[in-house]
Amino acid sequence: MNKSSRDVMTFSGGIHPVGDGKDLTCKSAVRTAPLLERYFVLLSENAGKPPVPVVKKGDEVQKYQLIAKADGFVSANLHAPTSGIVGGITEVPGPMGIPAGAVEIIADGEDAGEPPYEPILNWENADPAILRQRVIDAGLVGMGGASFPTHVKLALPEDKKIDTLILNGAECEPYLTADHRLMVEMPEKVACGAAIFARIIGVRMPRIGVEINKGDAIENLERFEDRYGVDVVPLQVRYPQGSEKQLISAITKRAVRSGCLPMDSGCVVQNVGTAAALYDAVVRGIPLVERIVTVTGDVVVSPGNWFLKIGTPAIEAVKLAGGVTEEPGKLIFGGPMMGFAQKSFAVPVAKNTSGILLLPAKLSVNYEASGCIRCGRCVQGCPMHLMPCLLSTAIEADRFDLAFQNHVMDCMECGSCAYVCPDHRPLVQNIRRAKAELRKQLDNGRK
Amino acid sequence: MDNSIIYGAIALMGGLGIILGVIIALFVKIFRVESDPRVDLALELLPGANCGGCGRAGCADFAKALAQGEVSPANCPVSSLEQIAAISKALGIDAGEVERKQAVVCCRSYIGEVKKMNYNGVQDCVAANLVAGGPDACRYGCLGLGTCARKCPFGAIEIIGQVAVVHRELCVGCGKCAEVCPRGVIKMVPADADYHVFCNSPEKGASKRLFCKAGCIGCRKCEKVFGSNFNVSGFLAAVDYTAGKLDKEDVEKINCPVGCLLSVEERLEAAYAKVKEVNQ
Repeated sequence: MNKSSRDVMTFSGGIHPVGDGKDLTCKSAVRTAPLLERYFVLLSENAGKPPVPVVKKGDEVQKYQLIAKADGFVSANLHAPTSGIVGGITEVPGPMGIPAGAVEIIADGEDAGEPPYEPILNWENADPAILRQRVIDAGLVGMGGASFPTHVKLALPEDKKIDTLILNGAECEPYLTADHRLMVEMPEKVACGAAIFARIIGVRMPRIGVEINKGDAIENLERFEDRYGVDVVPLQVRYPQGSEKQLISAITKRAVRSGCLPMDSGCVVQNVGTAAALYDAVVRGIPLVERIVTVTGDVVVSPGNWFLKIGTPAIEAVKLAGGVTEEPGKLIFGGPMMGFAQKSFAVPVAKNTSGILLLPAKLSVNYEASGCIRCGRCVQGCPMHLMPCLLSTAIEADRFDLAFQNHVMDCMECGSCAYVCPDHRPLVQNIRRAKAELRKQLDNGRK
Repeated sequence: MDNSIIYGAIALMGGLGIILGVIIALFVKIFRVESDPRVDLALELLPGANCGGCGRAGCADFAKALAQGEVSPANCPVSSLEQIAAISKALGIDAGEVERKQAVVCCRSYIGEVKKMNYNGVQDCVAANLVAGGPDACRYGCLGLGTCARKCPFGAIEIIGQVAVVHRELCVGCGKCAEVCPRGVIKMVPADADYHVFCNSPEKGASKRLFCKAGCIGCRKCEKVFGSNFNVSGFLAAVDYTAGKLDKEDVEKINCPVGCLLSVEERLEAAYAKVKEVNQ
């Protein structure tokens, strides 16, 4: 089938942010960052339980050496990003605004280390169990943002029939181009990683969803379609296409029911960054210790993409990009829609940090919200088909029960509603408050 | 003129009235519900604030539980000692040991002294605390957005200079504020205690002082002078209320170097003074 004649697919709802800022960095090739003196590798890299450090102060470590071991099932291994000496298990400002435990590594400048795992070159015929073990060993987590340990997503219950593997190359967040550059420059890694994922879960023809504003990425990926048996699916430009449920809806036209997981609809979704990391882990035998990070924003002197080792403080990344032209109004890890605003420039890059975004003070505006005028734009924009206007008015009146009845728990906090609200009402924040309150109530109910 | 229509109407209406009256009287006899007169008695004596501080759905529910002997009159946090004695006497039960509580906001960071971030979201402490762990540098102090003040059924909490302060004479100790505070900075303490440590952060003294000059630095001076009256855990002192009452003389003897050890009244005065000073 000719790709160009195929309908360009998408999901219902969602928005398209105007002036998405991707042109700042989408043409800039990924550069290697010079070695720093110190790295602060966060222990709480992954969602779930943080891993337990296996090194102590003064230990010598090689690059790629295991420094923290997964604690339990929903946890991921952590490896040294460079060779040097362990400076201690310290506390640094964490990406969630509260101090987080980190392993400090004082680099010796050698950056020396052998790949710790045996490369599996013949992965096409390898036992899926061995490949899955490699995912656990290499400490892979979802690199799109949630940083959920990858092996958990691959451990599928017997009764769930999976027929589709989707790779998320949508990168719908404004400003970010890390995945874009990855697909343009390393399409083989992505395609091969997709094929290895498909081998692990036993499906054919993994599908890579890419938005059509990344034409060069689609072109480059299509060259590897036949060799690795993947299918590149062009998608319309629409936010939040990179969300699991929306991507499934766009590509397979299947809906994931309220409270269900993608696997209930026969799908597994992985990020293209995770696929590239899987390629490195399987074919090259190296664990996940660095990733592509977009350092961008209107106040950055020369925005671009860099390979940053995990544990690189944000301030060092900003220095790489030539510093700032004016005092930034906001520092955000991730994109402007779902990223987390940071209090400190000392926060280190984690496995899920796709971007470091510096917004000018004029874009960080204090809005005065009055009342909902019931225009319904948020209802149109909500990709989960909720009614944010109703939810937020209910929450403002402390009617969490009403919010619960109207499926507030299905909200993924994508921010589409708040983006389109003409009154700039803090819809997402209200919803987050209700979700926290309801979770507390549910926990109390269980006790 | 024929008056028969008028007489007929009177007879009809009067007759109807009598018949319906008899039916009502019968129904009252047949469907009579025995109610405990003590419930009404107790309800009359209870404060009627329906605050829920006792853990019941309101004063009526509490009165019912009282009559059934499930709770003691002392469980009502709002009633004064005299009121509790009156209820006990009326119901003929023993109130037992009565322990009154009061709420204390253990934070005295004034506006401008603690670094606050540019926060422009929902003006609610619970919501603000979810954004990157709260907009201010201290993770333990009062957020000052007034969720407790809005929740207080007695209007006993005032936000002065972005920090909540309890008016002791209005506080009845129902504990609603401590329940909603996302940071646990409001402590329920015995009502007769005068002096409290106005800090809630167990962080190291040095790192605390980087952004707050008002917090306890954990120097243990209070413990050295009055060992039994204080518990210092980590870098935060706390008054041990079971070890006797502290008076003004004791506090002067301790002379807390950061001035964390205050009475509620002193705290209120200082807060007003500070706001005045800042405004000038």
